[in-house]
Amino acid sequence: MLLTGCNAYPSYGASKGVTSQGQDTFKLWSGMMTTGIIIGGAVGLVILYAIFRYRRRSDAIPRQFNENFWLEILYTGIPIVIVGVLFYFTVLTENNVDATVPVGATTSAGKPVVDVNVTAFQWGWIFNYPHQGIGVAGEGLAGPGNHGPQMVVPTGSTIQITLTSNDVIHGFYLRDFNFSRYALPGVTNYFDFNVTHTGTYNGQCTQICGLYHSEMLFTVKAVTPAQFQAWVSSEKAKGVHLIRFGTPSTSKAPAGTSNQPSIPNPPKA
Amino acid sequence: MRITGLFLVLIGIFFAIMGIAYWFLSYEDSGFLMLIGSTGLGVFPGLYYLWWSRHMKPRAEDDPNASVAAAAGIVDSFPVSSIWPFIFGMGAMLATLTFVFGLWLAPMSATLILIAAIGFTVESRRGGNV
Amino acid sequence: MTTTIDPPELVGADGPEEIQPEGGADHGHGHDAHHEHAEHGPSGILKWLTSTDHKVIGKSYMITSLVLFFIAGIMALVIRTQLADPNGSLVSFQTYNELFTMHGSLMLYLFAGPFAFGGLANYVVPLQVGAPDMAYPRLNALSYWLYLSGSCVMMAGFLVAGGAASYGWVAYAPLSDAINSPGAGADLWLMALGLTGFSAIFTGVNLIATIFYLRAPGMTMFRVPIFSWEMLVTGVLILIAFPVLFAAVVLLFCDRHFGTHIFTVQGGGVPVLWQNLFWFFGHPEVYILALPYFGIVAEIIPTFSRKPLFGYKGMVFATMAIAALSTGVWAHHMFTTGVVLLPFFSLLSYLIAVPTGIKFFNWIGSMWGGQLSFQTPMLFCIGFLLAFLMGGVTGVLLASPPVDFMTHDTYFVVAHFHQVLMGTAVFAGFAGFYFWYPKMFGRMLNDKLGKLHFWLLFIGFWVTFMPQYIVGLDGMPRRIASYLASNGWTSLNVISTVGAWIIASSFLVFLVNLVHSYMKPVAAGDNPWDGQSLEWFTSSPPPHHNYTHLPPIRSERAAWDYNHPEHRSEHKFGTMVPPDHSEPAMAEATTSGGAS
Repeated sequence: MLLTGCNAYPSYGASKGVTSQGQDTFKLWSGMMTTGIIIGGAVGLVILYAIFRYRRRSDAIPRQFNENFWLEILYTGIPIVIVGVLFYFTVLTENNVDATVPVGATTSAGKPVVDVNVTAFQWGWIFNYPHQGIGVAGEGLAGPGNHGPQMVVPTGSTIQITLTSNDVIHGFYLRDFNFSRYALPGVTNYFDFNVTHTGTYNGQCTQICGLYHSEMLFTVKAVTPAQFQAWVSSEKAKGVHLIRFGTPSTSKAPAGTSNQPSIPNPPKA
Repeated sequence: MRITGLFLVLIGIFFAIMGIAYWFLSYEDSGFLMLIGSTGLGVFPGLYYLWWSRHMKPRAEDDPNASVAAAAGIVDSFPVSSIWPFIFGMGAMLATLTFVFGLWLAPMSATLILIAAIGFTVESRRGGNV
Repeated sequence: MTTTIDPPELVGADGPEEIQPEGGADHGHGHDAHHEHAEHGPSGILKWLTSTDHKVIGKSYMITSLVLFFIAGIMALVIRTQLADPNGSLVSFQTYNELFTMHGSLMLYLFAGPFAFGGLANYVVPLQVGAPDMAYPRLNALSYWLYLSGSCVMMAGFLVAGGAASYGWVAYAPLSDAINSPGAGADLWLMALGLTGFSAIFTGVNLIATIFYLRAPGMTMFRVPIFSWEMLVTGVLILIAFPVLFAAVVLLFCDRHFGTHIFTVQGGGVPVLWQNLFWFFGHPEVYILALPYFGIVAEIIPTFSRKPLFGYKGMVFATMAIAALSTGVWAHHMFTTGVVLLPFFSLLSYLIAVPTGIKFFNWIGSMWGGQLSFQTPMLFCIGFLLAFLMGGVTGVLLASPPVDFMTHDTYFVVAHFHQVLMGTAVFAGFAGFYFWYPKMFGRMLNDKLGKLHFWLLFIGFWVTFMPQYIVGLDGMPRRIASYLASNGWTSLNVISTVGAWIIASSFLVFLVNLVHSYMKPVAAGDNPWDGQSLEWFTSSPPPHHNYTHLPPIRSERAAWDYNHPEHRSEHKFGTMVPPDHSEPAMAEATTSGGAS
């Protein structure tokens, strides 16, 4: 069931994914949901059948059977096989989703790699582009219609996100990417996106992080490579530079991501 | 007695296997230590039970054909009522509140716990009922 | 209508033997004096304060946990009402955070667990194994007082400056440290966990000791009724899990007040360590909350099907397997941290579905070919089966790390664990309450009101949580106090809120039922449901120290075997009892033996 084309997969309310990783996850989700609905539905029907078929019709005492060795073996064995299959597909998908290009690489399989260093803080996000030397930061608090800071990424590239947190644990979650990852203080997480569809996608912090957790929004705007270059140039022309937490400006761009960018002793904002 | 002992030993063996597997798969200390700690939880009492099961005569509750009369006699001594659990519980609550609101609660808490401890002991010596 | 059967003949030459379980050593007087003594014990408030009787303590536990359940339910209503409007302004963000923290904490630490292992188990387990009381009655009383004081300490958070804890019931460091959560509310929360944690540990010890040592003659381990088996395994899980929680709480307290840096990066600590410790407690805790309720269902379904439990031994081993696996899956709550071993935890999480499935099929097998009557307890069990089926299927999905990545911390997960936990603690919990209420109080709860309660709860349950799956897949994170109207989540949230109010109304019916039973008691008789396990043999409510007579125990269905000697279980494999139907059921009971 995991072999046919993407359109054949019912979505069951989930996003079909706008990244190759998200699409892989979606296929797994869809296959597992189908399996789950079939099995759950079958078991549910058996329950309902038993309820209606064996309603008390007389005061007779039914046969007092309480064991059936082979039946019990059967319904132990079949679930083991099912979860084994599910686990197999899970591992396949997981390896795809978790695969990253080597940290610090600038190209991978002929495609450029765009590094974005994401730092979560209470209650907003910093998106730094170390190679481009620009950064975006913002909080989601400014009022209705404000979706917080925007990360602009090109399609056709591998986006490598380097995720960390400045204070407490946050959740970096993009619904249309079918992905979330904790931003942990003191830990740097790497993951890749290959965005396939242009558009603007809402993201939000999913891990309770204090008072304004609800308003810790951000968006990701996926554009064509040319538009991305134009955006980088215009930002540079505006004098935008890398943002470091707690310091108003910086001239020193972290050299790639080969050094784990951790924010040294960040003062509380 | 033998089944209960085996039950506990099996718990211990399970955790030992899990702990070792987990260690070599992840090299993560906290989970490994907790799993190994749980091994002891099963193995120590389990071995003790098994040892005892070889040194005692089978109990009526382990005899599948025991008659009701087999348990005749005194099961155990059960206290009918006791105020000391309540006193001790209040002392324990004050002890935790000491950590939140300050040391001024400590004397009260210590007094209650001490009284309850003495009360428990005296009550037990008298044979269960007060 | 309730099926009432005649109580077993207790007297006469062929009647079962009297036993004298009372500790007469201290007074040296016999069985009449003992009854007199029980009647002359303290009464009123003093009885409540001083009782070491497992029945009184069990009822205290149940009442306390139900009160906390209603408080937490009111919090849930506030939360749901806030979310019905995208810019909900019913409560402030701070209050909202406190409310969902306390809702989770009350429900998980103070209701679902204590209601089962402190309330129902405390009452039922000694009866089921034929014990006169719990093994350590005073420790049992201490458990209750620690639980009650812990509950008060946790609730007191609302009274102190800064309000109650507001970091979620999982208290992830470093949000729960002194910088991010200053104030006494958070400390009180930690202290409450310490107190209730010890309460749980003591109860666990008590349950294990009771089931190991105080069984009636003939009740071998594989004749212990399934509910007590589940409680035994729960007790072991408690002993594994709660000490870890206590350790974690102590470490966090040190971080907060004594300047250690165990969970904070700045001093070289590791925030993820908290999650490891917490979930090493937390996932077994999930099964501490579930296993007792599985046991309740496994008692009720056979009773109302008039059949033995299908696959009793398989059920016991499945319970052990669930418990064992549950200690190896803690990090499936941490898949998205990026620092855990995904395949290991994923595989073990998947495998838990297997023993859980065995249980499911055993429940169905118990109904198969039976004579099902749908009185209130059975209806609640059916509700449990369907709710748990849905929660279980989505649970299997979440065992897959990629699917977890896409749904973690969204309302999909919220809906999943509410379906699991409401399926168990509420549907099965109230099934057990309706089931054993006649035994506890000697009177019935009204069946019509009970059915109304069930149907309102059942409808409200699906209306509340099915939209949450959809809104979660649409990207709504959990624990948010407001959202943008442009997200399009409003209508689903409104439906969910309506469902929550339907659930609330169902519990009003329940309260009416309690009052009705108090005002217009209907005598229950000793065995109103034709119950099967030993507790239905004694009177309702049971006498002090539970049994004046015992039947011979030849299977896990002692009362059934006594009442229906010609309808004992067929056993094909696993010899619980020699299938000797020719033997008169009460033959050996005529052997006389001296009482005390």
